[in-house]
Amino acid sequence: MGELVKVKHLHKEYGRNVVLKDIDLSVKKGEVVVIIGPSGCGKSTFLRCLNGLEEIQGGVITVDGLPVEPDKKDITKIRQKIGMVFQSYDLFPHKTVLENVVLAPVKVQKRYKDDAIREALVLLDKVGLADKKDYYPRQLSGGQKQRVAIVRALLMHPEVILFDEVTAALDPEMVHEVLQTMLDLARSGSTMIIVTHEMAFAKAVADRIVFFDQGEIVEETTDVKGFFENPSTDRAKRFLKTFAYE
Amino acid sequence: MQGLGIDVLFKGTNMLRLLKGLWVSVEISLISVVISIVLGLIVGVLMTSKNGALRLLFRSYLEVVRIMPQMVLLFIVYFGTTRVFGINISAELSAIIVFVFWGTAEMGDLVRGSIKSIPRIQYDSAYALGMNKFQVHFYIVFPQTIRRLLPLSINLVTRMIKTTSLVMMIGIVEVLKVAQQIIEANRKASPNAAFGVFAVVFLLYFIVCWPISRFAVKLEKRWV
Repeated sequence: MGELVKVKHLHKEYGRNVVLKDIDLSVKKGEVVVIIGPSGCGKSTFLRCLNGLEEIQGGVITVDGLPVEPDKKDITKIRQKIGMVFQSYDLFPHKTVLENVVLAPVKVQKRYKDDAIREALVLLDKVGLADKKDYYPRQLSGGQKQRVAIVRALLMHPEVILFDEVTAALDPEMVHEVLQTMLDLARSGSTMIIVTHEMAFAKAVADRIVFFDQGEIVEETTDVKGFFENPSTDRAKRFLKTFAYE
Repeated sequence: MQGLGIDVLFKGTNMLRLLKGLWVSVEISLISVVISIVLGLIVGVLMTSKNGALRLLFRSYLEVVRIMPQMVLLFIVYFGTTRVFGINISAELSAIIVFVFWGTAEMGDLVRGSIKSIPRIQYDSAYALGMNKFQVHFYIVFPQTIRRLLPLSINLVTRMIKTTSLVMMIGIVEVLKVAQQIIEANRKASPNAAFGVFAVVFLLYFIVCWPISRFAVKLEKRWV
């Protein structure tokens, strides 16, 4: 299996504030990589770099063999290979659920509207929202909005999907429905890179855990169970302890 | 009716004259509003420019317009320019120049505010879907800006209509001036006319502005 996403020596700074230091990471097709780490450790910025939403100051990112460079014209082509779901409020409020999900396939990928709609309805049905297709985002709950956002990303047929703390702004009872949708996706063989604070979910979904701290990858392992029971670095140990109650 | 003085409006062609005066007001506002909206859209987009000097320029323009009473602007354009530049601008044209100068600044600021109020995440999620700059603005930013802008700009329009009452100060015979003339002419016969006639003027302004402001409320309910 080839490597779908390849990051080499990624360096990112805002002025003199270094956010990402010399990051190396490769993601294989079908792999689910979960990135965890304390707030402000650079994990969200890292995801944004992957689809060119942030300028980088050093290193190379390739997706499906193509370099990700924000200023180049074919960045829009590369972004079509990368789905992204954000923390919140990213649905277009002036469009209905169905319009939200078919907009990019029709306008960007120039697919037939009827085909896009047909596929959208199948996907919306899978996440239990087919009956909400004509609703506006403001009429939906947070969890429903995030499921629509996932469908919107899926409908572009991306090679890899990035999830940036998609449940962080949700009420606890909404979290489960969104995570379940993501778990189903992972099981169907999608390539996913997930930033999350839901440790139980990370454990269940991850093929590989990447632990970020202060802009660096501190620990990286495919032994997911082992990581949560006994991480090899002190920083990871300390981080995981903050989730435990005694 | 004698007591309220409304009867004078039914003498001769008084009511017709008043309506003609109203049309003068509406005409000046209509022309000014249309030009202001077009120019305001352009100015508003420029106000969000990354160029600091450009932003400062438009910021100062807006401040000048806000600080100067419209009447002073009217006097400068109508009386001032004739003497200094030797050009003779008609009162109507002066009024339109001043209202456009004012309306463009205010409209520009509304446009700027509406564009700025679109959250960053809307751009990000549109770009993340592979849209190019044009598509992001055309499908995502522009339609949302218009929805926020419409109710606000309609309020500006009603304000502009009301403020046209100032143009009688430079000799334009609009609805308020006609009302004064009617009252003056009938001072002996019906001394109470001031109340009745101005009340009717009030009603006329209301009839013009109320539907517009209702329309704004309706849009706000539907879109926000």
